Amino acid sequence: MPDLLIELFSEEIPARMQARAAEDLKKRITDGLVEAGLTYAGAAAFHTPRRLTLALSGLLAESPTLREERKGPRTDAPEKAIEGFLRGAGLTRDQLQERDDKKGAVFFAVIEKPGRPAAEIVAEVLDTTIRNFPWPKSMRWGEGALRWVRPLHSILCILTDEAGAEVVPLDVDGIKSSNTTEGHRFLAPGRFPVSSFDGYVTELKRRFVILDAAERADHIWQDATNQAFANGFEVVEDRGLLAEVAGLVEWPVVLMGEIGADFLGLPPEVLQTSMKEHQKFFSVRNPKTGRIERFITVANRETRDHGATILAGNQKVLAARLSDAKFFWENDLRVAKTEGMEAWTAALSNVTFHNKLGSQSERIERIAALAREIAPALGADPDLAEKAARVAKADLSSEMVYEFPELQGLMGRYYAEAAGLPVEVAAACQEHYSPLGPTDDVPTAPVSATVALADKLDTLTGFWAIDEKPTGSKDPFALRRAALGVIRLLLANDVQMDLLEVLSTSIASTLQDLGFSGKLFEKYDIDASKTKSADFYAQTELETVHEKLSKDSILKLAHDQMLCWEADGSKVLKPVEDVAADLLAFFHDRLKVHLKDEGIRHDVIDACLAMPGNDDITLLVKRARALSDALKTDDGVNLVQGFKRANNILSQAEEKDGVAYEFGADIKFAEAEEEKTLFAALEAAEPKIAAALEAEDFAAAMAAMAALRAPIDAFFMAVQINSDNDVVRRNRLNLLSTIRTTVLKVADLTRIEG
Amino acid sequence: MSEPQKADTGIAKPKSFQEIILRLQAYWAAKGCAIMQPYDMEVGAGTFHPATTLRSLGNRHWAAAYVQPSRRPTDGRYGENPNRLQHYYQYQVLIKPSPPDLQALYLGSLEAIGIDMDMHDIRFVEDDWESPTLGAWGLGWEVWCDGMEVSQFTYFQQVGGHDCHPVSGELTYGLERLAMYVLGIDHVMDMPYNDPQSPIALSYGDVFLQNEQEYSRWNFDIANTEMLLKHFEDAEAECAAILAHPVEDPKTGKRIVMAQPAYDQCIKASHLFNLLDARGVISVTERQAYIGRVRTLAKACADAFVQTEAGGWTPEAVA
Repeated sequence: MPDLLIELFSEEIPARMQARAAEDLKKRITDGLVEAGLTYAGAAAFHTPRRLTLALSGLLAESPTLREERKGPRTDAPEKAIEGFLRGAGLTRDQLQERDDKKGAVFFAVIEKPGRPAAEIVAEVLDTTIRNFPWPKSMRWGEGALRWVRPLHSILCILTDEAGAEVVPLDVDGIKSSNTTEGHRFLAPGRFPVSSFDGYVTELKRRFVILDAAERADHIWQDATNQAFANGFEVVEDRGLLAEVAGLVEWPVVLMGEIGADFLGLPPEVLQTSMKEHQKFFSVRNPKTGRIERFITVANRETRDHGATILAGNQKVLAARLSDAKFFWENDLRVAKTEGMEAWTAALSNVTFHNKLGSQSERIERIAALAREIAPALGADPDLAEKAARVAKADLSSEMVYEFPELQGLMGRYYAEAAGLPVEVAAACQEHYSPLGPTDDVPTAPVSATVALADKLDTLTGFWAIDEKPTGSKDPFALRRAALGVIRLLLANDVQMDLLEVLSTSIASTLQDLGFSGKLFEKYDIDASKTKSADFYAQTELETVHEKLSKDSILKLAHDQMLCWEADGSKVLKPVEDVAADLLAFFHDRLKVHLKDEGIRHDVIDACLAMPGNDDITLLVKRARALSDALKTDDGVNLVQGFKRANNILSQAEEKDGVAYEFGADIKFAEAEEEKTLFAALEAAEPKIAAALEAEDFAAAMAAMAALRAPIDAFFMAVQINSDNDVVRRNRLNLLSTIRTTVLKVADLTRIEG
Repeated sequence: MSEPQKADTGIAKPKSFQEIILRLQAYWAAKGCAIMQPYDMEVGAGTFHPATTLRSLGNRHWAAAYVQPSRRPTDGRYGENPNRLQHYYQYQVLIKPSPPDLQALYLGSLEAIGIDMDMHDIRFVEDDWESPTLGAWGLGWEVWCDGMEVSQFTYFQQVGGHDCHPVSGELTYGLERLAMYVLGIDHVMDMPYNDPQSPIALSYGDVFLQNEQEYSRWNFDIANTEMLLKHFEDAEAECAAILAHPVEDPKTGKRIVMAQPAYDQCIKASHLFNLLDARGVISVTERQAYIGRVRTLAKACADAFVQTEAGGWTPEAVA
């Protein structure tokens, strides 16, 4: 059985696309071959900056012959039916077979698809694959119409068996397949023939190309750590960078160089970021000083001066880069020390956050006010929290962050320290962006957590205020992430907060804020410049709001109501509370997703959401966790059954009788012992549950509730609700009602499934 | 007189900024490019030269190389920064259709200016090019020599909103930076402009330092923004007005589409926008709107150019 070797040789493929492309090549070719009946034993894909390679072993030499039988009409069927059958089968009448069936003589068509040689199939599949390759971005070149990631130069495609190698003939827009390829661009120019995969790998290596990216990465890492170690240093690990660099070279040569003494005073993050982003250098740390003192660069070749020229060039470029960074750092420090962080915050008034939500500095004002308001709930000093919120985003105006946006926050911390601000404030500058992802650490320092929370809440209320909510897969402002951040901040810091009220206030003040800066009028499609003229009052749409409103009354209106668009395009005023409630529901949705990861079922969350105080996320989650735990016990599961039975009987009776049995049952009408026991149990449970709920000890409340399971079960076993004695019947229904009210104080078990 | 320093490949190292330019001119001339002169207008990059923007449109083959002075008012540093200038030179090569050996041709040009291919690490690092003002994009690389970006290499895919057929290959060399690297100079103003052995040796600073100071001051603090804004609007209006004329010239009776005169106005608007930007009078939100206005002009000019013979229009195609 032959082996197949394919190599697509092109100009340099972006490093970030190579691995995926090699996998896509493997998948598309193997899928296509298998679909055509060509199975194989093994497949491996490889990539270098200039080539994608696929090696298949043990391919079938030809596809198997396929034989299909089709039963047709009876031999005496009308001519038309037989003609139709022939058309479908692609046969002529003399090719049909007559066979005896239960119903008599019937035509049978035997269709044979002969097998095809592998080369023919490979050529077709490869042609289709090349023409439809799923590059994230592709291009045309020259006069051709073919698309590839960069110009495609040659196609190597050979089938090898004991007899030797054979080129699979193929011509894709003028690029003819062959059995040749190239080695390293500079170290081994020129083409060479290939006759097998093993030979290909060996020949490539002889020509300064390591085919396997993992081997290149290993080589880089080994050599880098060895060189660093030999000098008493250690390489800062960076897997992403390693993979990228392995995609930039075919023949990696590791070179270690020094960072000029002038730059060693820069923050290590600045050194690292500048070296990594601009130069793809690894950082090398001196374990004695903890500082980054050297760098590792990976060249794509050997030279007779052992890389001295290359290293000197790289060192020079780095020095220029770091001079810039040092210039930024020193300038920024000077501003921070002499003018303070406020100078930068003021500059943010020229930076638009969102065209309907105003500038960054307007937003910072809102965050500061909100931080002050919520600080007590997080145990933070309101003055410090407000102060921190005011400077937390100041570094966005600094030169360093302009150059390296990924250093935002971190630079704020350095600069806040330099400005002599309290350490809590400096920490908040860095930490308030967190948590970003679902696994990111959540800030727990009170001031940091307060600013982080205020920042995210303002983002959400802002976008809700201007009606820009995430829809489907579209969430351009990462609002889902912000909501999850809020949830995680509240939970990690055990913050109890009436979120609905915070949201309402925040939305209202955002609207008011926007009103004052004229943004609200954009939202109303009103030209703010006309608000002072008579035209303004004649705006037709204001008539839909109310007759003639002054600017002040619009602002007042904005305080408790806002304009919303209905689905049909009409405009209506909605109370701010409704908008806040909508946002709260968004939080609840995110919470369900978050708790699901924790193993808490959505119906458990629903049972808790139905309870009062559901806008206190921390409380809600405590209740849900307790209920989820209780439902994992035998008592819990059975209690739900008992409760549902009680509830069903009661609901049916209430519907039938047209009465609500809420009068309370009287023990003196109790007949059976089990009935009396239930009375006692309910009476004992009620104060326990009430006390536990008061103390927000949901586990205790659940335990008290679950303790009702045995008496409820016993009661249903022993007692018929529908007694002939109407007084007894009504008393029992009232008793069921007590079960219901008692249980429903803990959680809405009607929502539990099963 | 000392012996000229020899590189290992036998190609002598150049001695001055101008020698590097002359060698590039000679190299690309030898490769068959029309050596053109700079466009006589203020532009932000060599790409704006009609020999690139307009000629990359349509199906006519084309090969040109030229130096283009480029102005980036916001990059002015009063001549103090070692490698930032508000006025600098780009070397631009445009070949349509892009030849299959364009990478090799390009590497040959590096060798021609004294970069020894055996001693340096040349790399093609992904860098997609997009010009929002020209409504243009392409794929390619920035070319690194020992970690230093020495050129941009782009296969044009779209210009002025038109798909490029055939595709042009574009090379852009930042001449000062490249020359500083080749000559081993740390501050641009110290770079020899002509041969340091000349009777009157001139440095880059001798030629340009004062200009950098004068323009930095004017760009940042003095330029009359009201006037610039007016000029921007005039250029915008004139561009549209030129293109609104019927293609038939009533005086000569000939078909004359005025694509390039209109494009001049587009270039003007673009540069005026850059000046306004440097003066700090354009807010972040307005920026996008201005860029959009220039793009509209660029697209209209591209639409017009493809209606000219140089842009591939033929009477037969209409008939």
